[in-house]
Amino acid sequence: MESIFSLVIAKANYVAYIILMMVGLYAMIAKNNLIKKIVGMSIFQTAIILFYVSIGCKRGATIPILEHHAPPEGVAHGAEKVVAHAMDAIRVADYINPLPHVLMLTAIVVGVATLGVALALAIKVYKTYGTLEEDEINQQLRSG
Amino acid sequence: MKILGKLTILLCGVLLMVFAMEFPDWGDPESPASTHLSPYFIQHTLEDTAVPNIVTSVLADYRGYDTMFETTVILTAGLACFLLLRIERKKVHHRYYRHVPTGVSLRMEGDKFPKNSAVFQRMDANWVPYDFIISRTCRLIIPFIQIFALYVVAHGHHSPGGGFQGGVLMGASVILFAISHNLRAAIKSFSEKTAALFSVTGVFIYAGTGALCLIFGEVFLNYSALAPLFGNDRVMARSHGILMVEIGVAVAVTAVMIWIYYNLSSAGKQDEGL
Repeated sequence: MESIFSLVIAKANYVAYIILMMVGLYAMIAKNNLIKKIVGMSIFQTAIILFYVSIGCKRGATIPILEHHAPPEGVAHGAEKVVAHAMDAIRVADYINPLPHVLMLTAIVVGVATLGVALALAIKVYKTYGTLEEDEINQQLRSG
Repeated sequence: MKILGKLTILLCGVLLMVFAMEFPDWGDPESPASTHLSPYFIQHTLEDTAVPNIVTSVLADYRGYDTMFETTVILTAGLACFLLLRIERKKVHHRYYRHVPTGVSLRMEGDKFPKNSAVFQRMDANWVPYDFIISRTCRLIIPFIQIFALYVVAHGHHSPGGGFQGGVLMGASVILFAISHNLRAAIKSFSEKTAALFSVTGVFIYAGTGALCLIFGEVFLNYSALAPLFGNDRVMARSHGILMVEIGVAVAVTAVMIWIYYNLSSAGKQDEGL
């Protein structure tokens, strides 16, 4: 029992993302209201962002911005001055993995933009059918 | 449907849980994701691009094509909202105006009334006066939000930040103005035409930076080619190229966020917003 508990604690990030993702998926499958489906889609997306960002985590590491000092006056200009005054050696274990962060950075903004399109479609559906409930829309489609 | 949905969720959840237990532990420095590709970027970013923020350099330099098309996706989303929702304003038979000094409301037939009068203010059917505290507080806050947005864009090389984040902040400041006053007041200061123009301009700045590299005789988006333009060495030119690209992204994101808000909040009429 204790081993299962410690296993779950060691992989808490996966547990959290799976629960969130299932909440979103359930809303997308089972809910009748289109806005609730869109909310579910957003939750699903957040779960995936959480998954990616948690993959990038390293114990004892800091954010992926390399430490560097301000250069003293009158030294070489341009790139040399930045490079020369970075920390002497860059240790990989000191910085968390930047790649998932880069992926998710754009995904968040694109997610907001596509959410806008989804809401626009919902407004259009409401204008056409006078309702956002899926079964009522289906009924109107069948009878019409 | 509900029971079927619950069963699917349960099955998916249990399957995912079982296989997730095979994944590396949280925060494991030896996990496959952190051992194969990412050490290269951590070690070489500074000598390749002179940008200490690895996220920025990967986003705008190593992976510049992807970010360019992400910006295009955002522009497309803005256009899609516009094309789906935007409708011509219906011909109105009467309008309501408020005489600002006295607070008297007038109902005017036809649309002969002066549009931009300082004394008369156009109002909606369900108009309520701006809340004094909210509108004044937002007027105080908005300049600081905008300064912070510019800082986030300009300082993206050395601290968390960049074009996407700064653009969203800048867009949020205008949206806050639209919420705390009304949509018409926001459109007066940042019109829809401006939003459309800016969103295209942002993508154009990004692609134009890439094309400039072509003119200087190297491949698309290879910012080293811009070294003679900036009067710097080839590595530092990449840093400046990244800044140009980030500014393009910020302009596009700002404009698209505002544009989407205008269309969504008024269902395309852009007359009476939230």
